[in-house]
Amino acid sequence: MTAIVGSKASTPRSGNPGPIPNSLTTGQLPKLVELYVGVGALLVVGGVMLLLGFNVGGWIFLSIILYLVALGVLSSIAENRRKATDRVVRSLVVIAFLLALAPLVSTLITVIYKGIGELTPDFITKTGGAAFDPATLKVTITAGALQAILGTLIITGIAALMSIPIGILTSIYLVEYAKPSSWMARAVTFLVDVMTGIPSIVAGLFAFSLFTIIVGPKAFSGFSASVALSVLMIPIVVRSCEEMLRLVPHDLREASFALGVSRFSTIVKIVLPTAIAGIITGVMLAIARVIGETAPIFVAASFTDNLNVNPFFGPMQTLPVLAYTGYKFPGQDIAASVASSWGAALLLVIIVVILNIIARIVARAFAPKGAR
Amino acid sequence: MKARPADRIFFGFSFGSAALIMVILAAVALFLIIRAMPAIVANWQTNSLLTTGPTAGFSSFWAYVGPLLFGTLWVSLIALIIGAPIAIGIALFISHYAPRRLAGILGYLVDLLAAVPSIVFGLWGIIVIRPLLLPLTQWLNDHLGFIPLFAGQASNTGSTILAGSVVLAVMILPIISSISREIFLQTPRLHEEAALALGATRWEMIRMAVLPYARSGVVSATLLGLGRALGETMAIALIISPSIGVSFKILTDGSNAQTIAANLALNFPESNDLQRSALIGSGLMLFVVSLAVNFIARWIVSRSTPGRPKRQRKDGRSAVPSNATSRVDAVALGGASVSGALEGEYE
Repeated sequence: MTAIVGSKASTPRSGNPGPIPNSLTTGQLPKLVELYVGVGALLVVGGVMLLLGFNVGGWIFLSIILYLVALGVLSSIAENRRKATDRVVRSLVVIAFLLALAPLVSTLITVIYKGIGELTPDFITKTGGAAFDPATLKVTITAGALQAILGTLIITGIAALMSIPIGILTSIYLVEYAKPSSWMARAVTFLVDVMTGIPSIVAGLFAFSLFTIIVGPKAFSGFSASVALSVLMIPIVVRSCEEMLRLVPHDLREASFALGVSRFSTIVKIVLPTAIAGIITGVMLAIARVIGETAPIFVAASFTDNLNVNPFFGPMQTLPVLAYTGYKFPGQDIAASVASSWGAALLLVIIVVILNIIARIVARAFAPKGAR
Repeated sequence: MKARPADRIFFGFSFGSAALIMVILAAVALFLIIRAMPAIVANWQTNSLLTTGPTAGFSSFWAYVGPLLFGTLWVSLIALIIGAPIAIGIALFISHYAPRRLAGILGYLVDLLAAVPSIVFGLWGIIVIRPLLLPLTQWLNDHLGFIPLFAGQASNTGSTILAGSVVLAVMILPIISSISREIFLQTPRLHEEAALALGATRWEMIRMAVLPYARSGVVSATLLGLGRALGETMAIALIISPSIGVSFKILTDGSNAQTIAANLALNFPESNDLQRSALIGSGLMLFVVSLAVNFIARWIVSRSTPGRPKRQRKDGRSAVPSNATSRVDAVALGGASVSGALEGEYE
């Protein structure tokens, strides 16, 4: 459990104000001074800006500065400089945290607001694209992401099928077989670290290079993108599985060996079932991570408006790439392209959220009995 | 105990998988080099495949990649300057300021930032961050324009390096803050309590007990954040309007430096074969640079562990938690915290 070191150590400041004037609380600002100063700063800056021209970013930014200055000055007059520094730093740290939450909330609201209108049944069940009717000379645009949804599922599915076994077996090798000091174990651990550092687009370039050399110049295919995603996914799976396998108590393994059970049976019947919740969680999160990757798929599978479910031939569309190309390489109807790009983004966020929720549920449901 | 056939086969598989990882990595480097070679050795002034389109006007491969490499480092550096202090602040808030009950949930919220696909951040940057920063851009340009950083014609669209870096900063927040948090939590409790008992305020306690202890860990967390920023593609490709060249200006949209990854994403579809080789070559450089950054970060972690034997002996902990780097991967790459979900299972 995340222990907050030191939180116990700080005794509550406001002791019981007894009948005797408490010398411990004199010379201190009121308890909620931060709140008062903050609201005051927001009001003052807001008032001034209403007269001079208002914008939200500037309002918040200037309020923060006024708040920090006012709090510092107030505290150094009423208390002392050390306390003033303490208060200012405390406020800075809280502001830093709120600054991090702002993009999270803002992103989610933006994606939902922009994408929700696009998320019709047609968008999910139809193949999008433009159709030219020679009789009327009209281009009709159908909004649809079926090709991208299927592409995402196929590419991620194949990538998962390739990387999960490799990842789990590697972590089993590292934890169960190899001596930690052996050169092989150290090399593999090191290389897994190296693999986590591969930029995602480089993985895409690798797959593209590999397949142009094997297949020839027209190498775009879903499978190529799966290879790229595997390069990114394997180290994540290895890492999380390794961590989970190391959590399995040694007593269990030793008890099993003592009964004369072979190493293979011990791993399959004792170690893996004990760690299964963690492994599934890790795998889910790894999938959630690579399903949103855009650059490697864009490079390796290119993009298309056609429905292509054959992973071994031709470009394949995926949701993240649809979101990217809709903006950067729009079709004739730019507004429709941009709209479908938001629809794809929302769909992607929904998928990632679902995968994360499943991971959490699995972690709870399969947790070893008696753990809580 | 005798090895049975199943045993031996299973060992073979797991050993094979481990070996496969070595093969994959070697293949990544090898195929990139093979594919990039034609562009590296080609004559860029006379080869008709290279004198048109995005590669026109460069005298050699290195003249093409050099500015891109600069742009990559420049944009990432600015993102780091914006993001790292905030991330460390978040880590301090969660580890030392937030109410104990809330700390876990708040940490999870920050980790969720890592789960949002980068393309979504890119789209968000286009419609939220760009307009949001326009007044600031104008103000900086008007009043501090004499500094080369803020010089030039201020952008009206907001497609500036500043906007791209802000989005990039958001994306590296979860990595830096989750590792730093983990390291702050490892500070020996006795040091903290001693500081408080001597009458230090909370900030003084943090400055004297927590920060010196966590310094190397925080540095390597920041470097790992840099590693992530270097390879980030979509946010930059969507937001910054680029031109390949060495430029320090961050408020314009005419003469922005371009990053390797964004250049790749923008030009890859319409390039011819040799131009693609050039792009792959630039990807190879990106690979080398981000590997170097990751190595340095991990080297700092591993160096700081045995470097403080006294402290280690006293409280039985290493200076940097052994799981700090694995959390990088679990949190930063895996979306949200795996260990967080299962913490304390066997405690």
